[in-house]
Amino acid sequence: MQPFIYQRAETLEAAAQAAAASRGSHVEAPVQFVAGGTTLLDLMKIDVMRPATVVDINPLQERYGAIATDDKGLRLGALARMAQVADHPSVRRDFPVIAQTLDLAASQQLRNMATLGGNLLQRTRCNYFRDVSWAACNKRNPGSGCAALDGMNRKHAVLGTSDQCIATYPGDFAQALVALDATLEIAGPQGRREIAVQQLHKQPGSTPNIETQLVPGELITAILVPSAPWTRRSLYLKVRDRESYEFALASAAVALDIADGEVREARIALGGVATMPWRAKEAEAALRGRRLDEAAAEAAAEAAFAGAQTHEHNAYKVPLGRRTLVRALLDAARLEIRS
Amino acid sequence: MSIAAPEPKANMGRPEPRLDARLKVTGEARYPSDVPVGNPLHAVLVTSAIAKGRLDRLDTEAARAVPGVVEIFTAENTRELKPLEYTPGGGGASTSVQGLGPDIAHDGQIIAMVVAESFEVAREAAYKVKATYAREAPSASFGAAGLDEKPAGKEFPKAGDAAAALSAADVVVDAEYGTPTQHHNPIELFTTTCVWDGEHLTVHEPSQFVYGLKNSVAKRLGIDPAKVRVVSTYIGGAFGSKAQLTPRTPLVALAAKRLGRPVKLVASRDQGFTIATYRAETKHRIRLGARRDGKITAYTHDGREVTSRPDAYKVAGVSDTVRLYDFGTVATSVNVVHADRNTPGFMRSPPVVPYVYALESAMDELAVALGMDPVELRRINDVTKDTVSGKSWSSRSLMKCYDEAAAAFGWSRRTAEPGSMRDGEWLVGWGCATACYPTHMAATTARVRLLPSGEVRVQVAAHDIGTGAYTVIGQTAAERLGVPLAAVTVELGDSDLPPGPVAGGSTTTASTCSAVIKACDAIREKLVRAASTANDGPLAGRSPSDLSFTDGRAVASDGAAESVADVMQRLGTAALEEYAEYIPHGVQQDGIRKLYSGRAAMTGGPHGDKIMYALGAEFVEVRVHARTREVRVPRAVGAFAGGRILNPRTAHSQLMGGMIWGIGSALHEATEIDPREARYVNDNISEYLIPVNADVPRIDVIMVPEEDAEVNPAGVKGLGELGNVGTAAAIANAVYHATGKRIRDLPIRIEDLL
Ligand SMILES: Cc1cc2nc3c(=O)[nH]c(=O)nc-3n(C[C@H](O)[C@H](O)[C@H](O)COP(=O)(O)OP(=O)(O)OC[C@H]3O[C@@H](n4cnc5c(N)ncnc54)[C@H](O)[C@@H]3O)c2cc1C
Ligand code: SF4
Repeated sequence: MQPFIYQRAETLEAAAQAAAASRGSHVEAPVQFVAGGTTLLDLMKIDVMRPATVVDINPLQERYGAIATDDKGLRLGALARMAQVADHPSVRRDFPVIAQTLDLAASQQLRNMATLGGNLLQRTRCNYFRDVSWAACNKRNPGSGCAALDGMNRKHAVLGTSDQCIATYPGDFAQALVALDATLEIAGPQGRREIAVQQLHKQPGSTPNIETQLVPGELITAILVPSAPWTRRSLYLKVRDRESYEFALASAAVALDIADGEVREARIALGGVATMPWRAKEAEAALRGRRLDEAAAEAAAEAAFAGAQTHEHNAYKVPLGRRTLVRALLDAARLEIRS
Repeated sequence: MSIAAPEPKANMGRPEPRLDARLKVTGEARYPSDVPVGNPLHAVLVTSAIAKGRLDRLDTEAARAVPGVVEIFTAENTRELKPLEYTPGGGGASTSVQGLGPDIAHDGQIIAMVVAESFEVAREAAYKVKATYAREAPSASFGAAGLDEKPAGKEFPKAGDAAAALSAADVVVDAEYGTPTQHHNPIELFTTTCVWDGEHLTVHEPSQFVYGLKNSVAKRLGIDPAKVRVVSTYIGGAFGSKAQLTPRTPLVALAAKRLGRPVKLVASRDQGFTIATYRAETKHRIRLGARRDGKITAYTHDGREVTSRPDAYKVAGVSDTVRLYDFGTVATSVNVVHADRNTPGFMRSPPVVPYVYALESAMDELAVALGMDPVELRRINDVTKDTVSGKSWSSRSLMKCYDEAAAAFGWSRRTAEPGSMRDGEWLVGWGCATACYPTHMAATTARVRLLPSGEVRVQVAAHDIGTGAYTVIGQTAAERLGVPLAAVTVELGDSDLPPGPVAGGSTTTASTCSAVIKACDAIREKLVRAASTANDGPLAGRSPSDLSFTDGRAVASDGAAESVADVMQRLGTAALEEYAEYIPHGVQQDGIRKLYSGRAAMTGGPHGDKIMYALGAEFVEVRVHARTREVRVPRAVGAFAGGRILNPRTAHSQLMGGMIWGIGSALHEATEIDPREARYVNDNISEYLIPVNADVPRIDVIMVPEEDAEVNPAGVKGLGELGNVGTAAAIANAVYHATGKRIRDLPIRIEDLL
């Protein structure tokens, strides 16, 4: 860890200002916000991130950490802790997929500490990225190559990859948000704006070091999840090597609106298999207007992975990803929804 | 009594809670890096980023410029350290690769050590040390170019004409198995703190062999071992990784000497993968031949094991597997494959974990081929006379273990057909396998002191690596001298105490307790003589054999008694102290002298007059999701026989912990090696998976009473390395039963079953 200046931001304006002078991409910026610190401090200790200044945004929690619901939907403060949201009764009842992505992530200690904003911005677990003694990593050191392409890539992505980077987006929560068309409120040096969560992350392309479309100094303040007929019939299925405390090998967030046995609307996002939270629109289209039986689920899964690209150790993610989606869809179709 | 503290059965002691339990759960117990030392400097290691080649340049300028950096140690300024010969046994050097370059022989070799006023400064500066290498293409593991494969010895167990028996067999199983690289990953990291007082060095380091460490570090420093003290009161997990001298210790000692201040090193988790040892990957080809009725007629086992370029470490578990059944004929071989890796070493049950996994998988395949119940196959081939040596067993309760475990598990309800026990979306499979561990004894000493108050102090430089050694040693003395456990103080883990055995080979309880018994008996004898030969007093004229000790008194069978305090007054002594040496049958008489000079002398298993093993039978249920193929283990039952059980609580904990480890071996643990660079990739405990609580099923541990007067005076076989043997095979066998797919390479992963 390199020495850094620590500042506390008592107001949103102070936070944005402290970070405004920063340049480069959001993750490379020399000024970084710290919320729960469970991503940032780890990466600083292992010398992957070396901010000169760390701006503590925890004083903003009171204003930007609340959970509110109304007819229009759910409003989650970006500084709410994962555990707090996972335990919220309305979230559990009306947006079960959100509660599940949080419950199934990390460990209780981490969930008590980590915030929603930080969660969305967590960085890949690619081992080559997280160990600076590996020279080749385009994400950490643009232009240096990618050690994972021909290396140990069992956990790497099969969707949204490029020949520059195949790192998996590791988080769970973002899949729920992407599936439910959530949006973000952002405050920054240039003022406030709102974007779809789907727009937040970027595929690696030729610039894997640019992970989101946030600019330095921009702060996520809230997440808005619209009410919809499908949010209650929703779930998150996370498949991994062990039962808990591990990132997904493959996961699926699904939300269904089923009437008279037919799918009126399906919302699907995939995790563990893609470079960013992956909305599977082709799979959704394949289901619309159909009975959700095994064949329909399989057709949707087929469509979701049509563009998959595999490497030496991760080819299994295509069949596993498909099966994960099929299981999630069939499970969701069977859910008993009480009004 | 509870699950954790089972009711003692025949030949078992009381399930006393650990003497150090409260200290450990309250944080009072001081592990070596917790011991306060005055004004220490902090060291951080810099390790190589290549596995093979030369260090061209080491630029330390930027690192030296960091305020607070005191010194950087490199190959240049550490040449005075004397090379120490690699010894695969406990206490010696863990590797021949001891220098800081310029030659690089493995990934993560130490190339520099930064010493600074604080840990943070040292770490920051360590990242600023820039190394430039002349890299050569390394050979990473099996299948790589440039490996060097050799027989691991001259002779391996053999009996009869296995080739002929195989070709005459009705049924033959011929299969290949593989086990992965594994790292111990004790929660306590590899730490070393060195403090000099003039010519005298004290090393605080978690160690499984303080006498070995003391002597080895002295040799590397070129000083008299009498001037070195190693203190290792508590150890936060070791599993074999802390039994030898690793290159870090002499470096820290040298730094502390040169800088005139204590120096403390806490190596990082990823460095732990390369600066110490590990369990290397293995491959096996097994052939089993049998008659239709299930009688095995031939067993061949060819093992291959990876090791480092310079050191031929091997585990060669065929010398254990050939004892397990009545095989008729046997042919075995073991090769070591030299690759560009750090030197492997002991890891919990080193020979038997991989070799028994392979054999017990093959046994299940044979049962399937014969259409026979796997338990019955073991019964038919149960052995009384060793196939290879013709020796008989000191005691053998394998089928008792199978019968008790099978009954508790409900094995009779199993339907043999793979996939036949489905429960909804989950495929259910049941499997079983044998666990075994050779009973080892090591030469050791012990000192016991009794005060008139009934207080007892036991001193021996043995080690409690979390197993409960403090407690069972205390119980042994308490029982022998007839005092309550609370009156006993046990001191371990300090090379200023009389030497104890390496905490390896599951020898500590059997050996140390045998020495403690001997010392206690010498004290008893003095007391008995004083009480019975007295001119007056309640026990005057009694026959010595009529006296026993309870509640701080010598008691005759008719109830006459005299307090120990009175007997000692009669003797005119304020303390009785005895030092005893225990040399197991089969160890040379110079075993104790060797022990003082830091070399362990051990015997047992197949090497004595009798075959001596602790045995067990493990049964597991696995569930495999029909669609997504996650493998989970909802329950497991193990029944074990290990001679006298001194403490059912600590024994239960060892066996249960072992089975949990076995689940990890089957489904989780594997170090990934980048084949291009021969470097460990998942060198952290986020990506190197072990079971978490949610993976740990209901585990029933059954201790089967067993008496064995032949193994050692304590009648103890040693359990620490028994529970984790066989579990992986039981799980692989159950996965086959659930899915019809035989997975022969561990760990078993989702992708193997899709
Ligand atoms: C061992 C381990 C296991 C884990 N397992 C899982 C898992 O299974 N599933 C899963 O989803 N996650 C998992 N995580 C990741 C964890 O969820 C994230 O680390 C956590 O959510 C990050 O939140 P934080 O508040 O601690 O972020 P911080 O570390 O404080 O911040 C992370 C990044 O986001 C930026 N940032 C933080 N808040 C904002 C904001 N409001 N606006 C703009 N930028 C901001 C920071 O500058 C920083 O760059 C795991 C983490 C660990 C350490
Ligand atoms: S996959 Fe991406 S993060 Fe991983 S090494 Fe390649 S460029 Fe770096």
